[in-house]
Amino acid sequence: MNVIPISHNAVLALSGVLFAIGTLGVLLRRNGIAIFLSVEIMLNSANLAFVAFAASFAADPTHATAALAGQLFVFFVIGVAAAEAAVGLALFIALYRLRESIDVDRVNIMRW
Amino acid sequence: MVTPLFLAAAVVAVMFSIFAISLRNPVYNVLSLVVVFFAMAAIFALLGMDFLAAIQIIVYSGAILVLFLFVIMLLNIRRGDRLGSGRRLQALLGALTAIGLGTLLVWAASRLAPTGGASLPGAVETGTVVPIGRALLTTHLFAFELITLLLVAAIVGAVYLARRESQ
Repeated sequence: MNVIPISHNAVLALSGVLFAIGTLGVLLRRNGIAIFLSVEIMLNSANLAFVAFAASFAADPTHATAALAGQLFVFFVIGVAAAEAAVGLALFIALYRLRESIDVDRVNIMRW
Repeated sequence: MVTPLFLAAAVVAVMFSIFAISLRNPVYNVLSLVVVFFAMAAIFALLGMDFLAAIQIIVYSGAILVLFLFVIMLLNIRRGDRLGSGRRLQALLGALTAIGLGTLLVWAASRLAPTGGASLPGAVETGTVVPIGRALLTTHLFAFELITLLLVAAIVGAVYLARRESQ
Protein backbone atom coordinates (compact mmCIF):
# COMPACT_ATOMS: atom_id res chain seq x y z
CA MET A 1 0.00 0.00 0.00
CA ASN A 2 1.32 3.37 -0.95
CA VAL A 3 1.51 5.59 2.11
CA ILE A 4 2.48 8.66 0.10
CA PRO A 5 1.88 8.45 -3.67
CA ILE A 6 5.26 8.02 -5.32
CA SER A 7 5.82 7.22 -8.98
CA HIS A 8 7.09 3.64 -9.07
CA ASN A 9 8.80 4.43 -12.36
CA ALA A 10 10.93 6.98 -10.48
CA VAL A 11 11.85 4.28 -7.94
CA LEU A 12 12.80 1.92 -10.77
CA ALA A 13 14.87 4.65 -12.42
CA LEU A 14 16.69 5.27 -9.12
CA SER A 15 17.33 1.52 -8.89
CA GLY A 16 18.82 1.61 -12.40
CA VAL A 17 21.10 4.53 -11.54
CA LEU A 18 22.32 2.81 -8.36
CA PHE A 19 22.93 -0.43 -10.28
CA ALA A 20 25.06 1.49 -12.80
CA ILE A 21 27.05 3.11 -9.97
CA GLY A 22 27.63 -0.35 -8.47
CA THR A 23 28.77 -1.68 -11.86
CA LEU A 24 31.16 1.26 -12.17
CA GLY A 25 32.65 0.40 -8.79
CA VAL A 26 33.04 -3.30 -9.63
CA LEU A 27 34.72 -2.54 -12.95
CA LEU A 28 36.97 0.33 -11.88
CA ARG A 29 38.16 -0.55 -8.38
CA ARG A 30 40.88 -3.05 -7.63
CA ASN A 31 40.63 -3.19 -3.86
CA GLY A 32 38.73 -6.40 -3.06
CA ILE A 33 36.67 -4.88 -0.25
CA ALA A 34 35.69 -1.88 -2.41
CA ILE A 35 34.52 -4.30 -5.13
CA PHE A 36 32.50 -6.15 -2.52
CA LEU A 37 30.88 -2.92 -1.37
CA SER A 38 29.97 -2.12 -4.98
CA VAL A 39 28.34 -5.55 -5.27
CA GLU A 40 26.32 -4.70 -2.16
CA ILE A 41 25.12 -1.51 -3.91
CA MET A 42 24.05 -3.61 -6.91
CA LEU A 43 22.19 -6.11 -4.71
CA ASN A 44 20.41 -3.25 -2.97
CA SER A 45 19.39 -1.63 -6.23
CA ALA A 46 17.88 -4.96 -7.30
CA ASN A 47 16.01 -5.01 -3.98
CA LEU A 48 14.75 -1.52 -4.72
CA ALA A 49 13.37 -2.73 -8.06
CA PHE A 50 11.63 -5.64 -6.30
CA VAL A 51 10.12 -3.19 -3.80
CA ALA A 52 8.94 -0.88 -6.58
CA PHE A 53 7.11 -3.74 -8.31
CA ALA A 54 5.75 -5.05 -5.00
CA ALA A 55 4.42 -1.58 -4.18
CA SER A 56 2.67 -1.29 -7.53
CA PHE A 57 1.07 -4.72 -6.96
CA ALA A 58 0.10 -3.80 -3.40
CA ALA A 59 -2.13 -0.97 -4.66
CA ASP A 60 -4.45 -3.57 -6.21
CA PRO A 61 -6.28 -5.87 -3.74
CA THR A 62 -6.39 -8.74 -6.26
CA HIS A 63 -2.58 -8.85 -6.40
CA ALA A 64 -1.78 -8.96 -2.67
CA THR A 65 0.00 -12.34 -3.06
CA ALA A 66 2.32 -10.90 -5.69
CA ALA A 67 3.11 -7.94 -3.47
CA LEU A 68 3.97 -10.31 -0.60
CA ALA A 69 6.12 -12.51 -2.86
CA GLY A 70 8.11 -9.47 -4.00
CA GLN A 71 8.85 -8.46 -0.41
CA LEU A 72 9.80 -12.00 0.57
CA PHE A 73 12.22 -12.08 -2.34
CA VAL A 74 13.90 -8.97 -0.91
CA PHE A 75 14.05 -10.73 2.46
CA PHE A 76 15.77 -13.75 0.91
CA VAL A 77 18.18 -11.56 -1.07
CA ILE A 78 19.22 -9.89 2.20
CA GLY A 79 19.76 -13.34 3.74
CA VAL A 80 21.88 -14.52 0.81
CA ALA A 81 23.83 -11.22 0.87
CA ALA A 82 24.67 -11.83 4.53
CA ALA A 83 25.95 -15.32 3.73
CA GLU A 84 27.92 -13.99 0.76
CA ALA A 85 29.50 -11.21 2.84
CA ALA A 86 30.56 -13.65 5.57
CA VAL A 87 32.20 -16.13 3.18
CA GLY A 88 33.71 -13.45 0.94
CA LEU A 89 35.25 -11.52 3.81
CA ALA A 90 36.65 -14.75 5.27
CA LEU A 91 38.25 -15.40 1.87
CA PHE A 92 39.82 -11.93 1.92
CA ILE A 93 41.21 -12.55 5.41
CA ALA A 94 42.75 -15.83 4.22
CA LEU A 95 44.13 -14.07 1.13
CA TYR A 96 45.57 -11.21 3.16
CA ARG A 97 47.45 -13.65 5.40
CA LEU A 98 49.02 -15.13 2.30
CA ARG A 99 49.67 -12.07 0.12
CA GLU A 100 49.62 -9.09 2.50
CA SER A 101 47.29 -7.40 0.00
CA ILE A 102 43.70 -7.63 -1.21
CA ASP A 103 44.38 -6.06 -4.59
CA VAL A 104 42.43 -8.30 -6.97
CA ASP A 105 44.99 -7.79 -9.76
CA ARG A 106 47.46 -9.71 -7.66
CA VAL A 107 45.14 -12.64 -7.14
CA ASN A 108 45.77 -14.90 -10.08
CA ILE A 109 46.16 -18.14 -8.22
CA MET A 110 43.62 -20.89 -7.86
CA ARG A 111 45.55 -22.81 -5.22
CA TRP A 112 48.66 -22.48 -3.16
CA MET B 1 4.15 12.34 -8.97
CA VAL B 2 7.48 12.49 -7.22
CA THR B 3 7.22 13.62 -3.63
CA PRO B 4 9.92 15.84 -2.11
CA LEU B 5 10.69 13.20 0.54
CA PHE B 6 11.39 10.55 -2.08
CA LEU B 7 13.43 13.02 -4.10
CA ALA B 8 15.56 13.89 -1.07
CA ALA B 9 16.17 10.21 -0.25
CA ALA B 10 17.03 9.49 -3.89
CA VAL B 11 19.53 12.35 -4.09
CA VAL B 12 21.17 11.23 -0.83
CA ALA B 13 21.31 7.60 -2.06
CA VAL B 14 22.94 8.50 -5.40
CA MET B 15 25.38 11.00 -3.86
CA PHE B 16 26.57 8.69 -1.11
CA SER B 17 26.79 5.64 -3.37
CA ILE B 18 29.15 7.67 -5.56
CA PHE B 19 31.17 8.44 -2.41
CA ALA B 20 31.03 4.75 -1.49
CA ILE B 21 32.70 3.70 -4.73
CA SER B 22 35.11 6.63 -5.18
CA LEU B 23 36.65 7.54 -1.81
CA ARG B 24 40.03 5.98 -1.16
CA ASN B 25 39.75 5.18 2.51
CA PRO B 26 37.77 1.91 2.87
CA VAL B 27 36.28 3.05 6.19
CA TYR B 28 34.76 6.08 4.43
CA ASN B 29 33.41 3.75 1.72
CA VAL B 30 31.60 1.64 4.30
CA LEU B 31 30.26 4.64 6.22
CA SER B 32 28.94 6.20 2.99
CA LEU B 33 27.22 2.91 2.26
CA VAL B 34 25.52 3.09 5.67
CA VAL B 35 23.98 6.42 4.58
CA VAL B 36 22.89 4.86 1.25
CA PHE B 37 21.17 2.00 3.08
CA PHE B 38 19.40 4.40 5.44
CA ALA B 39 18.13 6.40 2.44
CA MET B 40 16.90 3.15 0.88
CA ALA B 41 15.16 2.20 4.10
CA ALA B 42 13.44 5.60 3.96
CA ILE B 43 12.23 4.85 0.41
CA PHE B 44 11.00 1.40 1.51
CA ALA B 45 9.05 3.05 4.34
CA LEU B 46 7.61 5.67 1.98
CA LEU B 47 6.35 2.84 -0.25
CA GLY B 48 4.64 1.19 2.73
CA MET B 49 7.16 -1.64 3.19
CA ASP B 50 7.59 -1.21 6.94
CA PHE B 51 9.11 -4.63 7.65
CA LEU B 52 11.68 -4.33 4.86
CA ALA B 53 12.66 -0.84 6.01
CA ALA B 54 13.32 -2.25 9.48
CA ILE B 55 15.40 -5.23 8.34
CA GLN B 56 17.27 -3.06 5.86
CA ILE B 57 18.57 -1.06 8.83
CA ILE B 58 18.94 -3.94 11.29
CA VAL B 59 20.50 -6.54 8.98
CA TYR B 60 22.27 -4.45 6.34
CA SER B 61 23.49 -1.39 8.21
CA GLY B 62 23.63 -3.17 11.56
CA ALA B 63 25.18 -6.52 10.72
CA ILE B 64 26.64 -6.76 7.22
CA LEU B 65 28.34 -3.36 7.11
CA VAL B 66 29.70 -3.78 10.64
CA LEU B 67 31.21 -7.05 9.41
CA PHE B 68 32.90 -5.07 6.60
CA LEU B 69 34.20 -2.47 9.07
CA PHE B 70 35.47 -5.25 11.32
CA VAL B 71 37.41 -6.87 8.46
CA ILE B 72 38.84 -3.53 7.28
CA MET B 73 40.09 -2.79 10.78
CA LEU B 74 41.37 -6.34 11.24
CA LEU B 75 43.39 -6.17 8.02
CA ASN B 76 44.44 -2.60 8.77
CA ILE B 77 43.88 -1.27 5.25
CA ARG B 78 44.62 2.44 5.41
CA ARG B 79 44.24 3.46 1.79
CA GLY B 80 42.61 1.71 -1.11
CA ASP B 81 43.12 2.43 -4.78
CA ARG B 82 41.62 5.34 -6.66
CA LEU B 83 38.64 4.83 -8.97
CA GLY B 84 39.95 3.72 -12.36
CA SER B 85 43.59 3.59 -11.33
CA GLY B 86 44.25 0.51 -13.46
CA ARG B 87 44.84 0.56 -17.18
CA ARG B 88 43.40 3.53 -19.05
CA LEU B 89 41.54 1.46 -21.65
CA GLN B 90 40.08 -0.75 -18.93
CA ALA B 91 38.83 2.30 -17.00
CA LEU B 92 37.36 3.85 -20.16
CA LEU B 93 35.54 0.66 -21.19
CA GLY B 94 34.30 0.12 -17.64
CA ALA B 95 32.93 3.67 -17.43
CA LEU B 96 31.26 3.32 -20.85
CA THR B 97 29.67 -0.01 -19.85
CA ALA B 98 28.34 1.39 -16.58
CA ILE B 99 26.97 4.57 -18.18
CA GLY B 100 25.39 2.58 -21.01
CA LEU B 101 23.81 0.16 -18.54
CA GLY B 102 22.47 3.01 -16.42
CA THR B 103 20.99 4.78 -19.44
CA LEU B 104 19.37 1.55 -20.61
CA LEU B 105 17.83 0.82 -17.20
CA VAL B 106 16.49 4.35 -16.72
CA TRP B 107 15.09 4.33 -20.26
CA ALA B 108 13.41 0.96 -19.58
CA ALA B 109 11.91 2.30 -16.34
CA SER B 110 10.52 5.33 -18.15
CA ARG B 111 8.95 3.10 -20.82
CA LEU B 112 6.84 1.09 -18.34
CA ALA B 113 3.24 2.09 -17.79
CA PRO B 114 3.22 4.70 -15.03
CA THR B 115 1.97 3.40 -11.69
CA GLY B 116 1.99 4.76 -8.19
CA GLY B 117 -1.18 6.76 -7.79
CA ALA B 118 -3.60 6.26 -4.93
CA SER B 119 -4.37 2.69 -3.89
CA LEU B 120 -7.51 1.04 -5.23
CA PRO B 121 -10.38 0.64 -2.75
CA GLY B 122 -10.02 -2.53 -0.69
CA ALA B 123 -6.23 -2.68 -0.97
CA VAL B 124 -4.85 -4.57 2.01
CA GLU B 125 -1.74 -3.79 4.00
CA THR B 126 1.06 -6.14 2.86
CA GLY B 127 4.19 -4.47 4.16
CA THR B 128 3.82 -5.04 7.89
CA VAL B 129 5.08 -7.92 10.02
CA VAL B 130 1.81 -9.88 10.29
CA PRO B 131 1.11 -10.64 6.59
CA ILE B 132 4.82 -11.17 5.85
CA GLY B 133 5.30 -13.49 8.82
CA ARG B 134 2.21 -15.46 7.87
CA ALA B 135 3.38 -15.89 4.26
CA LEU B 136 6.90 -16.75 5.39
CA LEU B 137 5.75 -19.56 7.67
CA THR B 138 3.07 -20.99 5.38
CA THR B 139 3.47 -20.53 1.62
CA HIS B 140 7.23 -19.88 1.64
CA LEU B 141 8.21 -22.14 4.53
CA PHE B 142 10.52 -24.30 2.40
CA ALA B 143 12.51 -21.32 1.13
CA PHE B 144 12.68 -19.96 4.68
CA GLU B 145 14.15 -23.23 5.97
CA LEU B 146 16.58 -23.37 3.05
CA ILE B 147 17.91 -19.91 3.89
CA THR B 148 18.60 -20.99 7.47
CA LEU B 149 20.57 -23.93 6.08
CA LEU B 150 22.47 -21.58 3.76
CA LEU B 151 23.35 -19.26 6.66
CA VAL B 152 24.63 -22.16 8.77
CA ALA B 153 26.74 -23.37 5.83
CA ALA B 154 28.08 -19.84 5.33
CA ILE B 155 29.03 -19.51 9.02
CA VAL B 156 30.85 -22.85 9.01
CA GLY B 157 32.57 -21.94 5.73
CA ALA B 158 33.62 -18.52 7.01
CA VAL B 159 35.07 -19.96 10.21
CA TYR B 160 36.94 -22.62 8.24
CA LEU B 161 38.36 -20.16 5.70
CA ALA B 162 39.42 -17.47 8.18
CA ARG B 163 40.96 -19.79 10.77
CA ARG B 164 44.62 -19.43 11.56
CA GLU B 165 46.84 -22.43 10.79
CA SER B 166 47.86 -23.70 14.21
CA GLN B 167 51.51 -24.58 13.91
